[in-house]
Amino acid sequence: MSEMGWTAVESVLKPGRYFLQGDETFAEGAIAAGCNYFGGYPITPSSEIMERICSRFAELGEGRAFIQMEDEIASIASCVGASWAGAKAMTATSGPGLSLMLENLGYAIMTETPVVVVDVQRAGPSTGQATRPAQGDIMQARWGTHGDYQIIALSPWSVEEVYTETIRAFNLAERFRLPVILLTEEAVGHLRENVDIPSETRIYNRLRPHDREPPFGQAEVPPMPTFGQGHKLLVTGSTHDEWGYRRTSSAEAQETLVARLSTKVTNHLDEIIEVEERFCDEDELDILVIAFGFTARSAWRAVKTAREEGTRAGLLRLKTIWPFPEEAVRQLALRSRVVLVPEMNRGQILREVQRVAPQARGYNKTDGEVIVPEEIGQAIQEVMRS
Amino acid sequence: MPNIEINSDWCKGCYICVDVCPRKVLEIDQVTFQKGRHPVLVARLEDCTICRQCELLCPDLAIIVSNGKISKG
Amino acid sequence: MKSSTKTEGLTESILSYIRPEVFPTPFCPGCGHGILLGAILRAIAELGWNMDEMLFVSGIGCAAWIPSPHFAADTLHVTHGRSIAFATGAKLFNPGLKVVIIGGDGDLASIGGNHLIHAARRNLNLTAICANNRIYGMTGGQVTPTTPLGIRTSTSPQGSSEPPFDLCRLVVGAGAAYVARYSAYHIRPLIRCLKKALTHEGFAFVEVLSPCPTQYGRRNKLPQPGELLQSMKEECVSFPRAEKMSEEELEGKMLIGEFVS
Repeated sequence: MSEMGWTAVESVLKPGRYFLQGDETFAEGAIAAGCNYFGGYPITPSSEIMERICSRFAELGEGRAFIQMEDEIASIASCVGASWAGAKAMTATSGPGLSLMLENLGYAIMTETPVVVVDVQRAGPSTGQATRPAQGDIMQARWGTHGDYQIIALSPWSVEEVYTETIRAFNLAERFRLPVILLTEEAVGHLRENVDIPSETRIYNRLRPHDREPPFGQAEVPPMPTFGQGHKLLVTGSTHDEWGYRRTSSAEAQETLVARLSTKVTNHLDEIIEVEERFCDEDELDILVIAFGFTARSAWRAVKTAREEGTRAGLLRLKTIWPFPEEAVRQLALRSRVVLVPEMNRGQILREVQRVAPQARGYNKTDGEVIVPEEIGQAIQEVMRS
Repeated sequence: MPNIEINSDWCKGCYICVDVCPRKVLEIDQVTFQKGRHPVLVARLEDCTICRQCELLCPDLAIIVSNGKISKG
Repeated sequence: MKSSTKTEGLTESILSYIRPEVFPTPFCPGCGHGILLGAILRAIAELGWNMDEMLFVSGIGCAAWIPSPHFAADTLHVTHGRSIAFATGAKLFNPGLKVVIIGGDGDLASIGGNHLIHAARRNLNLTAICANNRIYGMTGGQVTPTTPLGIRTSTSPQGSSEPPFDLCRLVVGAGAAYVARYSAYHIRPLIRCLKKALTHEGFAFVEVLSPCPTQYGRRNKLPQPGELLQSMKEECVSFPRAEKMSEEELEGKMLIGEFVS
């Protein structure tokens, strides 16, 4: 059995510089984090993730399992089953596939099963434009499955960050016993960039019980047992008590469980939320641009241009989408006359920003094309004029 | 000598055992009424051939049939 | 009568396989799933298997409650229809687990139909037991893809007009290595069959016709558990007997025995 908690392992890829595609790098990051189970289904623009991990698992062998399942529902189901059998499991899909996965995603949340789900977003709704980027699944990632819960969603903006954030996703999933969604866009998935692979990777392995400890309660994040070790586990998606017995008539059991599923995340935002501030040091900013994923690349160029032209512009880049970095936004917005949120959707993050920064305005684009720096530059000028 | 143990806490009074017994050993206990039904009683133990149909077909594991030499272990 | 059959599947031998604190079970009086619960445990006991090596995966419905929480073993109670997919992941990652899927006709053949046929096609080492009461019991008695023509349910009040699946033939066609059907009435052959299915290489599927007196029986003039069980016995025809019967005589009958072994 692997070491519990934080540990450093040798990178699987030989350290050095590689020229990689975003999708391929999700696979490499997963392997670096110790991913040893992948169950997936092909969908544009994420199929390359599955293909890469398939051939790499075959190369690496050693207790790694890969299967292409009959649909997305079965894919994530198999990941959850494997996770309880002790695996670090991952699947990858796009919007339509995530829609199918939602019920079992909720099952993973309810049973506190670590699993990583990559969503390479494409233009939607429905079949939409399979090969075109979008950022339209933000709210689906947050609230797609029914009920009340917290979810973790990360947004890498470069291929190098795909590597590091995928490792982070696995670590967070193991640490908080929760599914973690890697929200990216087709533009990042199909981007090719240099990635510097370090010699070591810091990974977190789930805590396992030493003796008989309740797998679903008492501790904020209870230690997670594995099938086949005589624990006589009761894993269920029904409301349950700390030992896993169904308690479908108990108000107390329902409240206790639902509350802990949320507070185990909200009590540890410092461990989960990561943002990046660029050019945000002054006491007062003329304009704060809040962006994430591929759009943040264009936003960064636009902010730099604005700075060159004398505007006190700053960029807040959200590396964590959920839980939403409310505090970081609030603090910066207090010192920003104007706030602009460019995104490839019709205002999904904008509304979250507006809750703490009512002055925020959006630059919203849903034509299946990336937002280019000039567009954001123009939007900056427009909102500053008004 | 056969022995038939009926767990009246687990018996739900479905009477499958009464119906399937080829020797009519078991009967509905018309006197006792608990948990909303009449449980089952052993009426003619001497006719039991230890075929165990009652035990195997009881949906509630509420009948144990043995040949009287029960090994405790 | 062989004297050895008198000591098969002793109830005493399976009491350590259950959690007694959750008995009596929530099943209705006369529920065939209770009979099947006992049969499965008796088969495991006769094989001398250790419950610590087993994983029971079940979905949603009365049948899914057979292992969860009654079996003192690792149990994975999942979403409706998806038990086979969850089981596939667990088995693939840890092939040392003896994985058994237990579900009803609605769970495994309606919403779960796709996963059933793919598991049969893959022929992974899994055992799937379908407790087929030919109705959705837990939700109040709706029609399922295995409800016989003419049977009344809450969503076929005038008698079902849709032809049902022959589940065993479906799973044979999909490629399973072991396929058999018995009813809860045929308890001794059923226990022997379950032992074969559990130990068989590849995908093993056992369909167990199970009486549901509350939803199926009451709506179709067979409310007494004993009568419903008896009618099920009369509905069943073994392969050798069927060979001597005409097509008309076989109308409405259910073949029992091994389809593929």
